[in-house]
This record gives sequence, C-alpha cells and structure tokens, in this order.
Amino acid sequence: MIKVNKENMEYQEGMTVEDVLQKKKYTFRMITVIVNGRVVPKDQYATYMLKDGDNVDVVHIMSGG
Amino acid sequence: MVENVIEMKKAHRLLARMDYELGKVQKGYTNRTLYINLCDNTIKSKPVTQQMKDIFIGGRGFGLWYLWNAVTSETKWNDPENEIIISTGPIGGITQYPGAGKSLVVSLSPITGTVIDSNVGGYFGPLLKFSGWDALEIQGKAEKDVIIYIDGNNGYVTIEEAPEEAVDSHLAAEQFTAMYADSEEDKRNVAVVSAGRGAENTLIGLLNFSFFDLKRGVPRLKQAGRGGIGTVFRDKKIKALVVKYTGVKGDTNGPADKEKIINAGLRLHREIHDLDKVQNRMREVGTAHLTEIMNDYDLLPVMNFQYGSHPDAIKLSSDVFKKYFTQGLPDGCWYGCSMACAKAVDNFELKTGPYKGQKVCVDAAEYETIAGLGANCGIFDPEYVIEANFYCDTYGIDSISTGTLMAFVMECYERGIINKEITGGLELKFGNKEAAMELIHQMGNGYGFGRIAGQGVRRMKKIFVEEYGADPGLVNDIGMEVKGLECSQYVSKESLAQQGGYALANKGPQHDEAWLIFMDMVNKQIPTFEDKAQALYYFPMFRTWFGLNGLCKLPWNDIEPADNGLTDEPAKVPEHVRNYVDIFNGVTGKNITKEELILQSERVYNFQRIFNLKMGYGTRKYDIPPYRFMGPVTKEEYESRAERYDKQLKELGYDIEGKTVEEKIKMLREYREDQYQKLCDAVYRRKGWTPDGVPTLETVKKLGIDFPDVVELISKYQ
Repeated sequence: MIKVNKENMEYQEGMTVEDVLQKKKYTFRMITVIVNGRVVPKDQYATYMLKDGDNVDVVHIMSGG
Repeated sequence: MVENVIEMKKAHRLLARMDYELGKVQKGYTNRTLYINLCDNTIKSKPVTQQMKDIFIGGRGFGLWYLWNAVTSETKWNDPENEIIISTGPIGGITQYPGAGKSLVVSLSPITGTVIDSNVGGYFGPLLKFSGWDALEIQGKAEKDVIIYIDGNNGYVTIEEAPEEAVDSHLAAEQFTAMYADSEEDKRNVAVVSAGRGAENTLIGLLNFSFFDLKRGVPRLKQAGRGGIGTVFRDKKIKALVVKYTGVKGDTNGPADKEKIINAGLRLHREIHDLDKVQNRMREVGTAHLTEIMNDYDLLPVMNFQYGSHPDAIKLSSDVFKKYFTQGLPDGCWYGCSMACAKAVDNFELKTGPYKGQKVCVDAAEYETIAGLGANCGIFDPEYVIEANFYCDTYGIDSISTGTLMAFVMECYERGIINKEITGGLELKFGNKEAAMELIHQMGNGYGFGRIAGQGVRRMKKIFVEEYGADPGLVNDIGMEVKGLECSQYVSKESLAQQGGYALANKGPQHDEAWLIFMDMVNKQIPTFEDKAQALYYFPMFRTWFGLNGLCKLPWNDIEPADNGLTDEPAKVPEHVRNYVDIFNGVTGKNITKEELILQSERVYNFQRIFNLKMGYGTRKYDIPPYRFMGPVTKEEYESRAERYDKQLKELGYDIEGKTVEEKIKMLREYREDQYQKLCDAVYRRKGWTPDGVPTLETVKKLGIDFPDVVELISKYQ
C-alpha cells in the first residue's frame, strides 16, 4: 500500500510515478510530485520506481480558475 | 462602411460638451475623474482625494466609493441615481507587464439588487486614463439613445443623441470605431463600450469593451459579463461610450520607477515564452485548456451541475477548439500582454438568427462559455458553442449566466416542472442545441419563453413555484444561484472550501474571489476548518487586489516559474507576488510590502461586504448556497458517485446497511449542511466578522474604513 495525497492506493511491483498519475487521472500539467518529502523531477516520472509504503504528494499548483 | 458612418454621425444631436485641459498621468493617477449625469446632461470634473487613493486605490475601489455615495439603501438598479463607474486603477495601462489593461465596472445589479463588480479587458480603461480621467462615473438616464464621446487628445467630452447606429455590439463597435478613427491604423486608438439588444430584454445584460485588432481588421470584444451591468447601461439609454487617445507609450502611465516594472515584466515574459507551451498553453488555446482538465477531475458541470464529467466532453476539448482558433496572431487584449489568451475564430459562418449566413470574427470561446453553454446543457458541439457565444456577446447577455440558467431550464423541463406549453413549443431537453439556440434568440429579442428565462434563475424559481406549481424545495436545491447571481462553471460538491469560495463571495458565486478545489479536494492541503478559513481569507483578499489596480488574474497563476513547486507556498506563486509588489511600487513610488498589498484589498473587500449590508443583504443567511453546491440532490446524482458517498458516510460512522439512496442522501445532506455552517463560523472569525457575517467595529476601525455612516450601519448588527 502507498499513500497518494493522503489516500491509500494499492502498491504494485514496479510501479512508477507516471503509473500513479495515470491511475489517478492526474492530467493537469502544473504539478509537483513529492515522494517521502523529496521532489521528483518531471523528466523522471516514467522511470522513478516507487516502493511499498511510499508517501506520494501530487501537488496541483493552480489555485485559480 | 465609411459613407454609412458619415451619415450616421450627421444624425447625431449634440446635447452637451465640456472642454478640458489635457491631463497628465503621474505615478498611475491623473487625480481627477469624469462625472456625467444623463438626466440634465451635466459633465464635470471631480478631484481624486488622497483618501480615495489611500483607502480605495483605484479600479473597483473607486467604483464602490462613488456608488456608495450615490445611492441609498432604497435605490433600485433602474433608478436614475444608480451609476455605472468604470475605472482601471493605478497600474492599469502599463505596457511592460502582461495583463495590465483591465477595466473594472461597478453598478447596482438588476439580478442581485446590490452592488456588483465586473472586470474586463479591451482598451477603454487605459485610454480613459490617458485622456485625463481615472474613472468615468455615469448617473441619470437619457430620454433617447445617446453616446458619450471622450477625445483625449483634443480635450473635450460630448453627450450626443445617436439614433442610427446599431445596438448589437459587433456592429456598434465596428461603426463607432470607423466613425472616430482617421485611418485604418488610427482605429487602434479608439475604444468602444456597448451592450446589445439582449441587454434591454433580459436582466443579465453585459458590456462589451472593444480593442481594434489591426491584423484581423476588426474590433474585438471583451466582456464585463457578470451581474447585468449591460441592462443598467441600456436602461440609461446609452448606446455606446467612445474614447479616443493617440500616443500610448511605455511611460504614458507616468511610473515613478520604470526600471522596476521593466525588470518584473522581463521575468514574466521569459517564463511565458519558455514555459507556457509545457504548462497551460494559454497562447495557443486560452482558457479553453481547462475543459478537459475539469472533466478529468470530475469538476466539469454537466447537465446543470448534476455530474462532473461526460464521455463526450472530448468533443469540447482544447485540441478541438485549437482547430477553430486562428493561430500565431497577437491575441493580447492590452498592449504588451505576451500571454495573449484572447482567442478568436475567424470567418465563422452563422447558421441562425438575424445575422444568419454572415461570416464573422467571434471572440470565442473561453472555458466558462464552453462549459456553461456546452457541457452544462449536455451539448457537446463546438460550432454550437461558438455560435451561441457570438450571439450572447453581440446581444449583450452574459454567457456564464446564460449557460447556468439554460441548464436549470433544461433540468426543469426533463423533470416535468415545465413543459412545451410553458416554453412555447421548445423542447428544452439536455442536448437539444436547436432549442437552446432558439431560446438565446428569444432572450436576445425579448419574446416567448425567453422573456422568462432572461430574468435569471432566482426569478424563474419563483415563477415556476408560484405559476406552475413546482416543488419549491426541489427548484431551490437545483437552481444554481447565490445572492441572485448564477454560478460560474465548476462543480463544488466535493470541496467544502470551494462551496465557501462561491457562496461567501461578495457579488455571488463567481470564482474570481477564490478557486480552491485543487488545494482542498485534490491536494488535501487545507484539511481543517481553520485551514480552509485561512485560504478563504488570503485568496479573496489577494485576488481583490487585481481589481483595484487594473490587472488580469491570469498571469498570476496560469503560468508559473519553473521552480514554483519548490517554494514554501506554491499556491500563492511567491515570485509573482513579488512582481506585483515591485510594479505597484514602481508605478506609485510607494514602498508597500506583500502584507500591505493584502491590507489594501482587505479595506475594499470589507467595505463591499458592508455595502451589501446597506442594500439589505450582507448577513449569514445570504451566504447559504442551494444544496447542489454541497452535495447530491437527486438519486441519479448520488448513484453517479455512490462509491465516494457511501465511503464518506461509513467513515463518518453512519450505518448505511440496507438504507435506500434517499435515506443516504438525507444523511449526507445533514452532515454537509452542518459542515458548511461550521465553515462560515471559521471564515467569519478569520475575517474579523460577527457570527452573523458582519464586519465588527474593531475590524473597520483597524482597517481605517470607520466612516460615520459605516459605523452607524454596522452598529445595528454588532
């Protein structure tokens, strides 16, 4: 199990940040991904492997429509 | 065209003229405003006091102050005492920083009965200032159609009867621009404010502010849409306001320290150039990029805000609209805006209405219009959206209110509250674009069911209950208005903070005070009532500031520095806040901090809240939204998100085993309505208001807005 924006998500072996974004339908471009308190660069989303128990924050920046 | 406008101009009858000494803008102000009364054709200059600049800053602040002094608590929107005030603000008119040409319009609203403000692009506000006037204040009513013409180079103002020009905006803007320009090139020095026939026939009239697009050879139209100010404009029998000023330069706004502004501008221009293409693509598609995002996050209003997404929403996506938007043209609605998000569709052939068969340039389509006229009505056809957008604009009716009221009508039709007999044969089912288009024409032209629909959601609720026997509980729950203003186009059901963002907003549920859905619902950054109250304090205050200064909100957070996510408070976009402090200080020569920026807004924001109180509103009971803002009203809505709602009820300790959907709706409603009241408590506390939502005496004293009439008014509510 991992936490994504404070909610539980089933962990799967080999899961990347990009997989999480797809699963959550997080399609907005202005996001910052933080895993266990450390920012993951955008160009590593497809390769950054998550571990069971990781805490993932996907911070959507836009605060105005 | 040229011959036509010569004849039209010959038909003008001069009613009044005032010659004036040309003004010079110093540190963002000309230090005088222009007052016009259409009852007796008074034209006069008024001084801007230091108190006005210190407390109200400019723009919306000036508008609120003038209106406060012009009306009593008994004044109605169509009384001659009501005013329309247009002002940009001290920063408005600079050309070095994107989004710095906004005008703010203030009046008493026909649909809310209290003060409304609306912001708009186009050249009018800045050219008015460069002509020597920080604001234009119009009171009274003319007997016949008039125009007000301001010649900012030759120094005179006229009121003229103008019987022959068109009322509809796409024509009026073209005719008045051609009439007062000396050449094609000179047309960019003319700016026109106009409404349209629909502003006469509905209560949701808007104002179109023009800017001349030299590349396209047409005047473009930007809208002060919210709250029916166009209806006030036509009630005063104003056909157009025209300003002409030649000579806009980089320092026309008279900045105290130009370097500060240039440096801030360069930083933002660089960001836009480098990052817009990987962020929101505002330069390609404008705000249309939001449609697919809102659909993905279940926030796109579908079928009167019942649902948050739809499989056909892809047909309204930005990639679809990009094919209609002419690319590669400078689409800024004021000089120097490299964000250039004012997209347009060229050579669009109209299929319906009085201009059927004509090819026009349509300022279309922004997210709100796509979501409101399209998805919210179950219509997923981009060409319908463009056509409906064109007619809303040229008729002078607000496309946001039109979308929301149309969606309400459609749901009422589908639920049997109204029928073909009542609609005059229109089968107003979700998705019926022909019926929807016909209703827009009826609203614009003032006939048929359009006369009822054009009164807005709040009045329709009353009519449907009193005349057609509708269940008052149901229509009140599903009619998406607060304070009488129709809701803008986001589903707020799963974000308590955004419910407050909408329903606590001074003017009614427009998202320009706060859009907190991502922070609240997605990021879960503001879990407690206190967190939400702090967000509902900071963001409305911060965003109010744009309207005091003639600024557009979009360059604040629709583009962000590459490292914004690494800052302490990314939602505030700290680097851009620094830019705003710099440009304010660069223009005015003052030395404010980011905290003082918020204080400037707080004064005006609280004053507007108290203005609502003066007009008979402004307390807690006017901040309560219909239940659909908070949660599912109907069985279908509950079932569309059953997993989410069931989970929430279980987590809250409700026993839902064996319960019907109706029983679960009731439980959820009880909980969510209670949460909303608790949110109000927290927000009022944070803002320094009483439990009934009135600023305390201590708050107004602290803010320096303890004028005797303010103190007398609020003392009754302490």
